[in-house]
Amino acid sequence: MDIQFTEEQELLRSSVQRLLRDQYDFDARRKIVASEEGLGRRQWDEFAEVGLLAAPFSEAVGGFGGGPLSTMIIMHEFGRHLVVEPFVETVVVAGGLIEQAGSEAQKQAHIADIIAGSKLWALAWTEKGSRFDLATVTTTARRHGDDYLLSGEKTAVIAAPWADYLIVSARTSGHRHDRGGVSLFVVDRRAANLDLQGFRTIDGRRAAEISLRGVRGELLGREGEGVAALEACRNRAIGALCAEAVGAIGELNDATLDYSKTRKQFGVTIGSFQVLQHRMVDMFIAHQEALSLMQHLSLSLSEGEAGLSRLASGAKSKIGYAGKFVADQAVQLHGGMGMTDELNVGHYFKRISSINIQFGDPAYHVLRYAQLDAVA
Amino acid sequence: MELALSPEDAAFRDEVRAFIKDNYPAEMCVANPETDLSKEQMLLWHRILHDKGWIAPLWPKEYGGPGWSITRRFIFEQETTRAGTMPPLAFSVTMVGPVIYTFGNAAQKAKFLPRILSGEDWWCQGYSEPGSGSDLATVRTKAVRDGDHYIVNGHKTWTTLAQHADWIFCLVRTDPTAKPQSGISFLLIDMKSPGVTVRPIITIDGSHEVNDVFLENVRVPAENLIGEENKGWTYAKFLLGNERTSMAGIGRSTRYLNRLKQIVKAEIQEDDPAHLEFIRDIARVELDVLALEATELRVVAQMARGIDPGPSASLFKIRGTEIFQDITELTHRAIGNYGLAIREHPVSANHFMPGPDYGHTASEKYLNSRKLSIYGGSNEIQRNIIAKAVLGL
Repeated sequence: MDIQFTEEQELLRSSVQRLLRDQYDFDARRKIVASEEGLGRRQWDEFAEVGLLAAPFSEAVGGFGGGPLSTMIIMHEFGRHLVVEPFVETVVVAGGLIEQAGSEAQKQAHIADIIAGSKLWALAWTEKGSRFDLATVTTTARRHGDDYLLSGEKTAVIAAPWADYLIVSARTSGHRHDRGGVSLFVVDRRAANLDLQGFRTIDGRRAAEISLRGVRGELLGREGEGVAALEACRNRAIGALCAEAVGAIGELNDATLDYSKTRKQFGVTIGSFQVLQHRMVDMFIAHQEALSLMQHLSLSLSEGEAGLSRLASGAKSKIGYAGKFVADQAVQLHGGMGMTDELNVGHYFKRISSINIQFGDPAYHVLRYAQLDAVA
Repeated sequence: MELALSPEDAAFRDEVRAFIKDNYPAEMCVANPETDLSKEQMLLWHRILHDKGWIAPLWPKEYGGPGWSITRRFIFEQETTRAGTMPPLAFSVTMVGPVIYTFGNAAQKAKFLPRILSGEDWWCQGYSEPGSGSDLATVRTKAVRDGDHYIVNGHKTWTTLAQHADWIFCLVRTDPTAKPQSGISFLLIDMKSPGVTVRPIITIDGSHEVNDVFLENVRVPAENLIGEENKGWTYAKFLLGNERTSMAGIGRSTRYLNRLKQIVKAEIQEDDPAHLEFIRDIARVELDVLALEATELRVVAQMARGIDPGPSASLFKIRGTEIFQDITELTHRAIGNYGLAIREHPVSANHFMPGPDYGHTASEKYLNSRKLSIYGGSNEIQRNIIAKAVLGL
């Protein structure tokens, strides 16, 4: 199994590569992260211009129909360049949910704006104590005319300070851990009674704690079936994050290998030490395996195969551990330089650490992988 | 686990414990003492210990040490680290102080030792250079004799807390023709000398602990040379030996483990399968600590009988740092989604941090502790030392 890219996919890949090479080197990224907003609006417009924001959507909603494979191609390159803009949050997660669960009116209202790059989105699902469980929801939604009023607290919502809209999970019935009774809502981020406290994340992004006190929300998908929708959404997000992680792993391995061939100590390059050679072989193997699993998962996502959730959890765990191993060793082998803010290596380390929290850590997903086997 | 103590030593332990409880400055109890305190705040406890005569447990009595037995020194180390007190600046008290009283002349001892003890002088370490990390013997900073001065040119790096330093002890090359180890001298340089520039290096946790120190035509009085010219390597190795034995960090690991247990209890419901996994992971690390502590106690007992652990002390650096890295990683995992957040530097109360207080420093500690397996002789180098000097490979 090795993905042979079509001409179209090759074109997509080379256009992302060109764009990032020209506009997203490490210094450019550093400036974006340090800016007031922490986001490259101009870069986002470029992404729209080149068609990246349209790539995964179906043609029926105005996209290019590239599906999960185009997401994989884009995110792999984003991982190599440590892109901070919320492609996963806006296109893969929110766009995917709207395309999958939204009404015709919602698709019309929102997907074209996402593709045009004019609106940013974030998904607010985590709560205090929910850890990585999609069904642990205490935020409530009460019917109010045609709409709902949402009340509760959401935590660590990535990209929320940038977002125009949020998708919020809230309970329309049932108790705290019930799988049923959770619904999804579209909320205007600037709505009345919505408070947002922003903070910086370890990987140079922005996130926020969100407090809702009777905030108007519009139902997205069927009432009470939000957890199933979120699971499918998480599988797609995992596909994207795994591709990003593999891109970062590849860059770390290249950088470490280069360094070990040039850095001299004791009169020889440090790459001549057997203990470090074996370490780098293990890093190489970790990358190869992660790359294969990334492709396997993206193909399965494209084909909508059964057992997708189990595979997604397996890949998230395995690639997560691979990323952690490679990142640890890349810093270690770069010595003091690996600890500096100046060198890119530490920033890949931090991005991988963050990926390993988003949508569940490797320990959570290995357990879920085992449990889904027991169910099958 | 405790040493079997004589009644006198047990009384001493109780005295130390009570002294810490009654005297440790509240001002120093901040979220992350290593990054959040000013120089003056860091010195508060130093001065209290100095007034008490406890500032330099290692030092012989004639130079201002308390004259403790090895057992008492160990008790003091154990009590202060368990209580989470900030240790006095190692570069001053543990490193350069012993070099000066062991290899320095009478004038140097009289000039420098009292100021180290009182905290008046803050020292930093000028060892590593951009081209000389693990391979320290290749230092290239040059010192050329010019009458009764040396003219020093070079670039030192990873210099911890140089931004506060009054003095730097440097390895400099005085004989460029000799073999690497033979042409090095140990020179004390006043940081206020013209030609000394400090440039901050920001690390991946956002903090400013380390620096580049540039030395450009710095004139250093020849009287600041320690011992003999070109014998600096001997003094440097002596000093690194002191650094390594103090790295088991049992007290600190125990304290962070206890805190981790409380975090897990607060963050993870008992019916969550992750709970059992954390309990098991924590137990494993606890056993690692227990085994290292037992080893430390065994070595301390041997030292009390006059047996030197020698190069096997490297195992304390290796295991102590690996254990602490494991603990900071588990803590970062335990706080779940809040692990995404990191405090901004310089730290101020105005910056919003999400989640409970106990998680606010988890990310920065996790990131910062990556340095432990790199500095003070990387863990790879420590393993080489054991392979060569202990196992004879």
